[in-house]
Amino acid sequence: MIDFLLQHPILSALFALVVLALAFGALLGFAAVQFKVEGDPIVEQIDNLLPQTQCGQCGYPGCSPYAQAISEGDAINKCPPGGQSTINAIADLLDVEAPTLDEEHGEESDVKTVAVIREDECIGCTKCIQACPMDAILGAAKQMHTVIADECTGCDLCVEPCPVDCIDMIPVETTVTSWKWNTPQPSQIQIADLIASDRQTSMEGAA
Amino acid sequence: MNTHQHNLIPVKEVKVWDIPGGVHPPENKHQSMQLPLGEISLPAEMIHPLSQHIGAPAEPIVAEGDHVLAGQKIAEAVGPFSAPIHASTSGTVSSITERTLPHPSGMSGECIVITPDGQDQFIDFSGTEDYLSLSHDELVAKIRDAGIAGMGGAGFPTAVKLNPKSVNRIDTLIINGTECEPYITADDMLMQTRADDVIKGTQLLAHIVGNPERLVIGIEDNKPEAISAVRQAAQGTNIEVAVFPTKYPSGGEKQLIQIITGQEVPSGDIPASIGIVVQNVGTTVAAYEAVRFGKPLIERITTVVGESLQTQRNIKVRLGTPISHILAEHGFNEKKASRVIMGGPMMGYTLANDQVPVVKTSNCLLAPTKKELPNPDFAQACIRCGMCAEACPAGLLPQQMYWYAQAEDYDRLQAHNLMDCIECGACSFVCPSSIPLVQYYRAAKGTIRQMAVEKEKSDRSRQRFEFRQERIAKAEAEKEAKRLARKQAAEAAKKKQAEAKAAGENSTNKADDLIAAALARTQSKQLSPEEQKARLERGVISAQSRVEKLREKLREADETMAAKLAAQVKQAEQKLADAEKKLADFKPDQTPAAAPAADADDPVARAIANAQAKMAMAPDEKIKASIESLHKRLAKAEEKLAAAKASGDATTDALQAGADKLKEKIATAEKELAELQTQAPAQPTAPEPQVQDAASAAIEKAKAKAAAMANMSDDDKLRAQVEALQGRLEKAQQRLQKAEAEGDDNVEAFRAAAEKMQAKLEEAKAKLPAQQAAESAPEPKAQDAVHSPEQTAAGAAIEKAKAKAAAMANMSEADKLKAQVESLQGRLEKAQQRLAKAEAEGDSNVDAFRTAAEKLQTKLEETQANLEQV
Repeated sequence: MIDFLLQHPILSALFALVVLALAFGALLGFAAVQFKVEGDPIVEQIDNLLPQTQCGQCGYPGCSPYAQAISEGDAINKCPPGGQSTINAIADLLDVEAPTLDEEHGEESDVKTVAVIREDECIGCTKCIQACPMDAILGAAKQMHTVIADECTGCDLCVEPCPVDCIDMIPVETTVTSWKWNTPQPSQIQIADLIASDRQTSMEGAA
Repeated sequence: MNTHQHNLIPVKEVKVWDIPGGVHPPENKHQSMQLPLGEISLPAEMIHPLSQHIGAPAEPIVAEGDHVLAGQKIAEAVGPFSAPIHASTSGTVSSITERTLPHPSGMSGECIVITPDGQDQFIDFSGTEDYLSLSHDELVAKIRDAGIAGMGGAGFPTAVKLNPKSVNRIDTLIINGTECEPYITADDMLMQTRADDVIKGTQLLAHIVGNPERLVIGIEDNKPEAISAVRQAAQGTNIEVAVFPTKYPSGGEKQLIQIITGQEVPSGDIPASIGIVVQNVGTTVAAYEAVRFGKPLIERITTVVGESLQTQRNIKVRLGTPISHILAEHGFNEKKASRVIMGGPMMGYTLANDQVPVVKTSNCLLAPTKKELPNPDFAQACIRCGMCAEACPAGLLPQQMYWYAQAEDYDRLQAHNLMDCIECGACSFVCPSSIPLVQYYRAAKGTIRQMAVEKEKSDRSRQRFEFRQERIAKAEAEKEAKRLARKQAAEAAKKKQAEAKAAGENSTNKADDLIAAALARTQSKQLSPEEQKARLERGVISAQSRVEKLREKLREADETMAAKLAAQVKQAEQKLADAEKKLADFKPDQTPAAAPAADADDPVARAIANAQAKMAMAPDEKIKASIESLHKRLAKAEEKLAAAKASGDATTDALQAGADKLKEKIATAEKELAELQTQAPAQPTAPEPQVQDAASAAIEKAKAKAAAMANMSDDDKLRAQVEALQGRLEKAQQRLQKAEAEGDDNVEAFRAAAEKMQAKLEEAKAKLPAQQAAESAPEPKAQDAVHSPEQTAAGAAIEKAKAKAAAMANMSEADKLKAQVESLQGRLEKAQQRLAKAEAEGDSNVDAFRTAAEKLQTKLEETQANLEQV
């Protein structure tokens, strides 16, 4: 056998390649079975980027269904609460061009809001409790309801079902602890006269 | 003089390291050191923000209108990361309200406002002379209670810092007297004036953190007087005084550690993780005062400096003093000033207004003129000169971070260790394009923190949402299952109904169903002894109430009714006696049960109880009992009758009839008993199935009867009645003949009974044709209506039969006979008593009594003979 291989280098090379191919094929096959990933990891990653307001403005009943839809090829710009930053993040993840927010699904708002029930007017109908995707409204039938502000995502879904319109969306106030410095705005005044040539171009532009 | 002193002290050089970067801004420290430490007058009001430290705001423990003394605690710490707040002078709490805070945001926060009374009365401080003998925990508690928080600028609660995790052994304690920021000289002044206290404080803190090997006080070389003062005070101690070249920002905690130990605090860690604790000199002295004299943190040294002020100096100022008051005391010229800064020119912030107070972290109040500290130039484009990278003391790449901050690329910012930026402002200071670099980093850091908070919240939201979805799905599934079960049940019921219909249209089924239901009921009534007992007791109670009621009525009733009622009373009394006896019988073989819930007014329960008691009784016993009771009643009736006769009462006839009836009843009962007794020997001792067979036979019979009755039309019923009456009449006539033959005294009574029966029979016969006539026009409704009583009668019969069977099953032959003998003996005795009584009274019934007694005697003998045979 060895003699035969030594005498026929072409055949021995072929033989070696076949053996290697079989070995690696077996290894890959084993790995494919043994280390199989359950579920679609990309859905989870997208879901992690979504704001979890569960508001349904994208047209899906919650953030994870939308994540599922995105993984199946839906547009990534349907999430107004997440806004442009979420779109950018998802575009980054999926390595696609980041579109602007689809206005059809709502506008991005800078101000975070939280639902507040005017408790004097609440009739205790529990409609908002059923509507809240977060279980963030506390109350019982014919008892006054109230919103757990910390759990409210400001999704708006409780406002519409309220028969007495006693729910307001109040902007979240910044406190001393949640306050942060603003990013400095680039100065509005053109310091164009530093360099002589700058002055010329600006004059030409004006003319 | 100082230089002279300096020369006298043998100076031990402490090796120091260098930090990367750093800048050399104009120091401007001389202005405020020209005058000695000053003091100012009391302001019109004191403002104490509840949050002067890092961590949870304190909770007010005073109310508006309260009078407080200097040093009194006015707000308590909440949680471990907090510090209490103390009043700095005596006065009245005028309000607890929102005031502008000394914070870069210029926002308002809750403050306790105190109007000083001018007395400046202090509470009694309780100091500890021998403080080094106190335990670590006691000392930490004292420091915490004094409200001490980092006085260098950050305001970290000192007690927390002095209580590091047990895994971190502290080997170096560094006291920070660097004060690298321009203009500020508060710590310099403190070290010069209170060097001894600085040393004592250092020793105290060293004791608290477990006597580390190295105790170092770090001072920049631009404070020679402070250095010599501290060196002198430190003589003879193991405290080193490290002096190093002036450079901004060597006073930063991490930078100072690097300068003194050469070690770097790992990114994201605290100094304790490498065994180092750093405390500001001001904090050190405050901690010493708190432990030694019990004095809380109510005042501090603050530098008041700036060209727009007439007087520039360090002052000892009470916490809570409004800035406006301090500025006024120092001849503030508002026109000249560009702004008022709290802190130094590098890291301080411009105050929104001059109504903010001095707080624990206020080390400097800078009021520069426009010339002295002009507004920053407009930012120009970054020219990538790289000077910021050279200046950065943390070794970061400010330029890169600037680009990423502009692009809001937070991942890359974090990858470039933005979070290690100490916001010293050295980069902005050196930037030739005047780019406010540090502002970008501050903003970006804030955004990253905010994002972290939001991320946490969104994770929680996801969890809640998923949990809700799960819950809804589960509820839905449960509902579905229930719906399915209901549907199946409904189908089954329908099927059954259809089957029942198919089985036959006649109402026998209905009766059967009812009987089955009754059976089920009786079966379910086979209850525990406790319940039985409870029922019996209920029966007793109800019987008692009935007796009482009847007695009441009797008292009220007129004469004619009296007799009748009296009879009823007697009856009720008898019943009561029976019930009591049953209960008594029941008790011995039962463990004493808990007091029953007396539901006496519940007729159903009463009936059940009666039935239960009856069921528990042997049939022959029962009959015997009834015979006994009948005898009693008869005797009473006869007594009454005699009395009535004697008085010539109108009720005589009625009484006579009642007595007759009783006699008749006794006769039937005796006959039944006799039958039962003859039957009993034929029964095997206690074979349950057979007995049950007997019972079921009886039940069957009763069922048949019920069914028959349900089926019967009214005339059928009447016919049956007539037949029954005829049977009874025949029996009565036979008895009458027998009595006549035997010359019984009761002949008269028998005759009357027979006559009565005859009359009844005739009446029934008369009814029958009438009914038949009515029957020709059938009324289904009426028929329906009469069903139920007949059915209940049938049910009662069934129950009786069952009870008999059950009782018989429980009794052996010999027992039965014994019982019989006993009862006979009892009866004999009674009969003899009666006879004796009759003889004594000369009663006309003496003979009758005698015969009865003789009869009983013979019966007894017979039974005894039987018993012996068994």
